[in-house]
Amino acid sequence: MGLCLYGDMRKLNPSKTSPPATPPKPAVSAVEMGARQRDISVSEFFTKNRHLLGFDNPRKALLTCVKEAVDNALDACEEAGILPDVVVKVEAVANGEPPLPPSQASRFRITVTDNGPGIIRQQIPPIFAKLLYGSKFHRLRMSRGQQGMGISAAGMYGQLTTGKPVQIISRTSARAPAHYFEVQIDTKKNEPLILEKKQIAWESQRGTQVTMEVEGRYQKGRASVDEYIEQTIIANPHARLTYLTPEGETKEHPRTYPQLPPSPREIKPHPYGIELGMLLKMLQDTKSHWLSGFLAGDFSRVSPRLAEDICKAAGLSPRARPRDVHGQAAETLYKAIQSTKIMAPPTNCLSPIGEKAILSGLYQQIKGDFYTAASRPPAVYRGNPFVIEAGLAYGRGPEQGQESQEKQAMPLAEGEQQQDDNELARVIRYANRVPLLYQQSACAIFKAVLDTGWRNYGVSQSRGALPSGPMVIFVHMASVWVPFTSESKEAIADYDEIRKEITLALRECGRRLGAFLSRRERADSEHRRRNIFELYIEEVVESCNRLKGGRLPTAKLKEQLQKMALARTGGEKTDELLGKNGGGPEGLPHSIIVTSEGVEGEVPALIGEAPEGAVSSNGAPEEEEKTAKPSRRTGKTRRRRGGKQRTAGKPTTRAVRRKA
Amino acid sequence: MAQKPRRTSAVEKKLVGVADVVITAAQRRKDPTLAIPVRSLSNVTFNQRNGLIEMGKRKQARSFFNVGMAKKFMQTVLVADALCELQRANLTTSLREIYYRTKHTIKNSHENTLDTQDESDPLIEDLEVTLAALREELHVRAENAGSVVGPLVLVDDGDRVDCAKLGKGGYSVPSIVEPEYLQITRCTADFVLLVEKGTQWNRLSEDKFWRTYNCILLTGNGQPPRGVRRLARRLHEEKRLPVYVLVDNDPWGYYIYSVIKQGSINLAFESQRMAIPKAKFIGLSSGDPESYGLPRNVGIKLNDKDIARARELLAYTWFQKKSWQEEIKRMLSSGLKYELDALANKDFQYLTKQYLPRKLKEKDWLD
Repeated sequence: MGLCLYGDMRKLNPSKTSPPATPPKPAVSAVEMGARQRDISVSEFFTKNRHLLGFDNPRKALLTCVKEAVDNALDACEEAGILPDVVVKVEAVANGEPPLPPSQASRFRITVTDNGPGIIRQQIPPIFAKLLYGSKFHRLRMSRGQQGMGISAAGMYGQLTTGKPVQIISRTSARAPAHYFEVQIDTKKNEPLILEKKQIAWESQRGTQVTMEVEGRYQKGRASVDEYIEQTIIANPHARLTYLTPEGETKEHPRTYPQLPPSPREIKPHPYGIELGMLLKMLQDTKSHWLSGFLAGDFSRVSPRLAEDICKAAGLSPRARPRDVHGQAAETLYKAIQSTKIMAPPTNCLSPIGEKAILSGLYQQIKGDFYTAASRPPAVYRGNPFVIEAGLAYGRGPEQGQESQEKQAMPLAEGEQQQDDNELARVIRYANRVPLLYQQSACAIFKAVLDTGWRNYGVSQSRGALPSGPMVIFVHMASVWVPFTSESKEAIADYDEIRKEITLALRECGRRLGAFLSRRERADSEHRRRNIFELYIEEVVESCNRLKGGRLPTAKLKEQLQKMALARTGGEKTDELLGKNGGGPEGLPHSIIVTSEGVEGEVPALIGEAPEGAVSSNGAPEEEEKTAKPSRRTGKTRRRRGGKQRTAGKPTTRAVRRKA
Repeated sequence: MAQKPRRTSAVEKKLVGVADVVITAAQRRKDPTLAIPVRSLSNVTFNQRNGLIEMGKRKQARSFFNVGMAKKFMQTVLVADALCELQRANLTTSLREIYYRTKHTIKNSHENTLDTQDESDPLIEDLEVTLAALREELHVRAENAGSVVGPLVLVDDGDRVDCAKLGKGGYSVPSIVEPEYLQITRCTADFVLLVEKGTQWNRLSEDKFWRTYNCILLTGNGQPPRGVRRLARRLHEEKRLPVYVLVDNDPWGYYIYSVIKQGSINLAFESQRMAIPKAKFIGLSSGDPESYGLPRNVGIKLNDKDIARARELLAYTWFQKKSWQEEIKRMLSSGLKYELDALANKDFQYLTKQYLPRKLKEKDWLD
C-alpha cells in the first residue's frame, strides 16, 4: 500500500488555473493552490474514513475492537507455540452519569488478556499506537491479522470517541517485570504518544492485557460480540476463552481440542502471484547480484535451472544485474514468468483447522443430530496457496426433538401446520480462523452456498435462497493472503478458484448429509408404516364397540387385528431392522450422528471425561490439558459414549485422558 | 311420527353393520373391507324409461390393512359411529358438527383423526351410498337455504305454516322435509315455479306473481339444496303439480335444471326420491334474447370453463334430445351467456309482467 495520499487532484490539471479569454478574476492562483498541497497522514485519513476499518456504527465498532484484540492474542499465542487462554471482558462504563443497563449504555471498556509470549517494552507503543506497524504484512504466512492496522485502529477509535488512551500491560516471562503503558496515537504524524509508562506488579507470569474504552452499543443477536465469541470457539477449539459479558455473566468456553494447530511456515511469494509493479520493486530491493539468483532466491518454487530457463525465455542474461532490469525488459521478464510452467506453491505455510477439530467445534457449540466436516486439498489462486474446509451441523438435537414432540402432544387445530419449518440455514464464514460477521451476501462463501444444489441432498431450497432447515453451514478459508473485499475484512472476494474449492467442499458435506437423511427417512417410514395400523386399530375397535352398544369383547378384537397387522408389516424382521435406528455412520467419514439413544461417529472425547473401557487407539495418551468441563449439555452422560474408531487419519492428534 | 322408531332402527342396523364387517373379518383373519359404490360419471346410467340417473354396480374396496386406505377406513368407522349416536339420541345435525364430533387426537400420538371437514364430508356420502340410506335418514341436514311462498299450508313440528301469509320473505325450507317432519295440509296452486336465484324469487314474491298466476314460488339460491328439491318433488308427486324451472342461460343453469329433473351424478342413488323427470325448463333459453329482444351488450362472453362444461353437457345421455342439443349448441355458437338479471335491462318488472306471462301463454318450455 503506497500511503502517500494527495488531497487535491486539481494540481494534475493546471490548465484549469489559467482560464482563457475574459477571466472575471481568477479565484485562486496556481501559487496559492500549490501552497495548499500537503501530505495526509494515514491516521488522519482513517479518522475520516473509519468505516473502511469496520467502525461504521457503534455496534459494529464494539465488535471490531473486541475482534482485533482477540485476533492479536490468538495469533501471538499460536506463533509462540502456547495453547491460548484468553479472557475477554466487556463492561459498560457510566462516564459520570448514573449507570445504565448494558443494552442502553453507549460507552464500554474492553479488556482482553492472553497468556501469550508478551511484548518487549520498546515495541509496545508502536504496536498499539501506530497504524500499519506490524510483523504480518511483509511476510507470506497464514495468520489472522494481515495488515498491522487492526489494534491500533481500534485504539484510535477509542481515543477519538472517548478521549481515553489504550492501556497495556505486558510481561514476557516470570523473571521479567510487567510493564504498564498508556498510549495514544498522534494522528498527524502517525506516531505513538506515551502518556504513562511504569513497571507494575502483575499476577500473570506471562502475557499481554489490552484495555480500551470506546463508544459502542451492546446488542445481542446477529453480528454481535456474543456471536463472534461463539463462532470463534467453533473454529478454534484449541483455545480456552472466557467471556465476561456486559451483563455480568461469565461464559466459560473450555478447550475441547488439546492440540495447537501446526505452526505455519513463512514462504516466499510465488511467481504467479505477483504483478508487474511488485516485480519491479523486488528487482530494486533484492540482495542478489544476478538475475537468475534473484529469481531462484526471492521466489518459491523457482529452482536455479528454472531461473535460467526463464531468463532465456525473456531474452535476458542470467548474469544481468537485477537493478538494471526495468522498463521493457522487466515487462518481458514478467511475461516469461507467467508463461513458464512453475510448480504450485508449497502448502506448509497453511494451517487448516482439520476435520476433527471442526467436528469437535461444531459438536460443542451447536445442537444437532448430524455433524460432518470435509477439508479440501490445498489449491492456488493468483499464486497464493489456500485450503478450504467445510462443515455442517444439521437438526435440532435429540433433546430439542423430544421437546418438540412434547409440544406436539398438544393436538393441532385446523389449519395449523405440523411444524413450521421455514427457518433458513445459517452460514458461518471464516478466514484464517476469524469469523466473518458482516457483508454475508458479498462473500464468495455465501455465493457458493447459494449455488450448491442442496435439493440433491434432501434439503429443501427455494430458488436463489439459502437451503432451509435446521442447519449450520461452516466454511473456512485458510490462506497466506485472504482476498478480502475491503480493509475491514468482512467478505472474501469471489475468485473462480476459491469458489470452485468451496463448492466442492460443500458438495462433499452435502453428500454425507444426504446419505444420513435418506437413511433416517427410510427407518422412519418403516416405523410409520407399522405405527399406522397400531394407532388406528385402537380407534377402529373403540368405534366398533360403541356401534355395538358397548358389548364387544374389545381385547379379543384388538388382538386379532394386531396379529394381522404384524403379519402384514414383516413382523420381527422389521423389528430387527428398526432396532438399528438410523444406522451408524459407516461410509460417512468425519461425521457424528446424534440420536436420543446415543452418539455415533468420531465424537470428540471431552477432555477429562471418557467412556470407561474404551481403549485409546494410539496407545499412550499424551499428558495434556487439565480437566475442562464442557460448556453445554449438562447431565447428558450418555452422549459421551462411542468414539472407539479413532484410528484413521492423524494418529497423533487425539490426546485424551481416558480414566476418570 | 308414528313410524319413526321402526325406520330409525333400520338405519341404525345398517350402521351397526359396519362394525360387523370388522368383527367378522377379524374372526376369519381377513382384511376388513367395505365395498363402496363408485360415485362418478363412469358408474351412472341414464334410465330412458323412467327418466332418472341411476347408479351402476361398480364398487371400490376400502380395506383396513392397506397403508393408503387405513386412515380412511378408520375415519369411515368413526363417522358411522357418530351417525349411529345421532340415531340413538334421535337428533339431527349438520355435516360440520359431524366433523367436530369425530375429530380427536389418536391415543398415544399427536395425529388427529381428521384434519379438515373436507375429509369427513365425502365419508358421509360414502356411507349414504354404501348403506343405501338417505342423508335425511342419517339425520344429517344442510342449512336452510331455500324459500317458498304461495298458496300452500304446511305443518312443521306441529306448527301450521300458511305460505300465503308470510309476506315477501316466505317460509324458509328446512333441510329435512320428509312427511314425518313436514306435512302438506293444503295446496291450491296450479304449478310450481323453481327459480335459480334469490333476486328473481324476491322480485316475483314482491310483485305477488304467485297470487296472479296461482303458483308456488321456490328458490334454492343456486344449486337447490336437498330440502328444496325434495319439497318440489313432493308437491309434484302428492299434489300433481307441474314444475317449471327458471335458471340463468349458461351451462351451470342447464345443469341445475338437469339435477332437478334427473338427479345428480354424485348421489345418483337418491334420484328415486329427489328427481322430477317431468320438470320443464322455462328459461332462460338461448333463443330468448332474440325472441324477447335482449340487446347483445347485456350478454357475457363464454369463458373457457363455460365452453368445456357445455361440451360435457352435450355428451351426457340425458341431454341427447334434439331440442336440447339445439339449445346448447345455439348458446355455444352465439358465444354468449345471459343472466336472469339481464332482463332488468328492459324494465325492473319485465320478468313479472312480460317474460313469464308470455312464456306461460306460449307454453314455451323445454322438456
